[in-house]
Amino acid sequence: MSGRKRTWEAISFEIVMTAIALIALIIIIAPSLVVLIVSFTSGFSLRFPPPGYSMRWYVELWNAWQLHFAAKNSLIVALWATGLSIVLGVAAALAISRSRTLSAKLLDSLFMSPLVLPALAFGLAALMLFSLVGLPVSPLTLVIGHTVVCVPYVVRNTIAALAQLEPTLLESSAILGASRTYTFRRIVLPLIRPGIIAGAFIAFMSSFDNVPVSLFLRDAATDMLPIRMWQDLEGKLDVTIAALSGVLIIATVALVAIMERVTGLSRRLTN
Amino acid sequence: MGAAPASRDVTSYGMGLAVPLALFFLVFFVAPLLQLLWLSLHNDTAGLHWGIGQYLHFLTDPFSLSVLGSTLLLGAEVTAVCLVLGFPIAWLYQRVGPRLQTVIILIVLLPLLTSVVVRTFAWIVILGRQGIINATLQSLGMIDTPLKLLYTQFGVVIALAQVQMPLMTLPLITALGRIDPNLDDASCSLGAGSWRTFWRIVLPLSLPGVIAGCTLTYAAAITAFITQSLIGGGQMLFMPMYLYQQASTLQNWPFASAISIIFLLAVLAVVSVFTTLGRLSRGYGGA
Repeated sequence: MSGRKRTWEAISFEIVMTAIALIALIIIIAPSLVVLIVSFTSGFSLRFPPPGYSMRWYVELWNAWQLHFAAKNSLIVALWATGLSIVLGVAAALAISRSRTLSAKLLDSLFMSPLVLPALAFGLAALMLFSLVGLPVSPLTLVIGHTVVCVPYVVRNTIAALAQLEPTLLESSAILGASRTYTFRRIVLPLIRPGIIAGAFIAFMSSFDNVPVSLFLRDAATDMLPIRMWQDLEGKLDVTIAALSGVLIIATVALVAIMERVTGLSRRLTN
Repeated sequence: MGAAPASRDVTSYGMGLAVPLALFFLVFFVAPLLQLLWLSLHNDTAGLHWGIGQYLHFLTDPFSLSVLGSTLLLGAEVTAVCLVLGFPIAWLYQRVGPRLQTVIILIVLLPLLTSVVVRTFAWIVILGRQGIINATLQSLGMIDTPLKLLYTQFGVVIALAQVQMPLMTLPLITALGRIDPNLDDASCSLGAGSWRTFWRIVLPLSLPGVIAGCTLTYAAAITAFITQSLIGGGQMLFMPMYLYQQASTLQNWPFASAISIIFLLAVLAVVSVFTTLGRLSRGYGGA
């Protein structure tokens, strides 16, 4: 900063940029805070600021069995989809990460494409295929559909972790007589584990929150939480949804804090 | 380098490990999309008569075209808002200490991982007739009757911009972090002011990040079904809801397939335009 004159011109630039940045950060964080505050209202409407504060809607949420049922389904599907994504995604990442062949590049693009293609179109397509081969929609079709849209996060984060791995480590291990499996278990896996966990975490969150794929691939008996919430919001503005949103926001903050500790999530997403 | 067969190279693993996921994608991702394409090329619901009737129907129907147009426009508006708001965040991130950096990153990251329904719900509370904006303006005496903010284009754009902001900001933070800070100082000490340095040095060098951010934001904004339908309400129809209505409510699968394919192609076209720009900008930035 030594050579820089603190002119009005420089100050105006900093004021404008800082002001916009702060406004943007407020816009990002405000909605979550607003929901948290409204969820403690003592009234029947989503008026802000609330007329008074109480825990009544959280008590209401405790008894909302429909939401509990939907949450359980979403959790089970998300766990299965995440597990499947880890198994398939980590193996694929190992295969394509250090390969410079055309097939590796093509596979990489293929595995990443669910991230940009409209998930609703994929949901419809998958439903049509399942009905063509006579596989009825069920929790199984949900897990398959969710895995397709979630596995890119595991592949991408595992490849990023593998790219940070020093090849000389593996060579030294081989020279010292370790088998490939032993090297994988003792050297590679411990070093890429945070990357796998970060990817699996994002995959889990996006499965738990998925609507477009679930809309087409669920059966009538399998109510999913985000769909239930969406339909409740379309009908009437229920304050119970505010309490549920409060629970989800706090759970997300807690999970992100844990993930930041375990995997350094924020560094992973900006590199 | 690179000539050694993969099997003897201890630092890489055989392509065989990619087979399970490749097969999984072939059966459950590629095959469904091909089936979608196949059905879209049929004029009847049973899929017996080949033809491009569905596409002709879409492309000659002013209503369908207006839905496509407003969806693409919505994406452009959201992307522009995200860029204008997201760039200063990335700039600020590079100027503060590590502790504040973590705070900024976590603020940006949080909405990305919070449920989309929850984030959208928050905007209903903010934009509604009794929401914060109307309550504040009324208590200040600036308006007599509540403004209509929900179910408007403005409401959809601002809510989508907030929902998609992380997708713009994260690549920008990465791109700005790669710029040599000496360039900034050099430009300033050679007499260029801060504004000039920003427009002539910082912005051009961060173009790869700008383009990556725009691609992700645009693709996410035009496909963001939940936010579009909850904030936009019944009067505003965008491609994802149009597709869903045709497929689910009307059970018109061939037409829904054609809508899907047209929508897919529109997204792919935008992504490839951005990717080409990205390649050009990387040459320009010299990185």
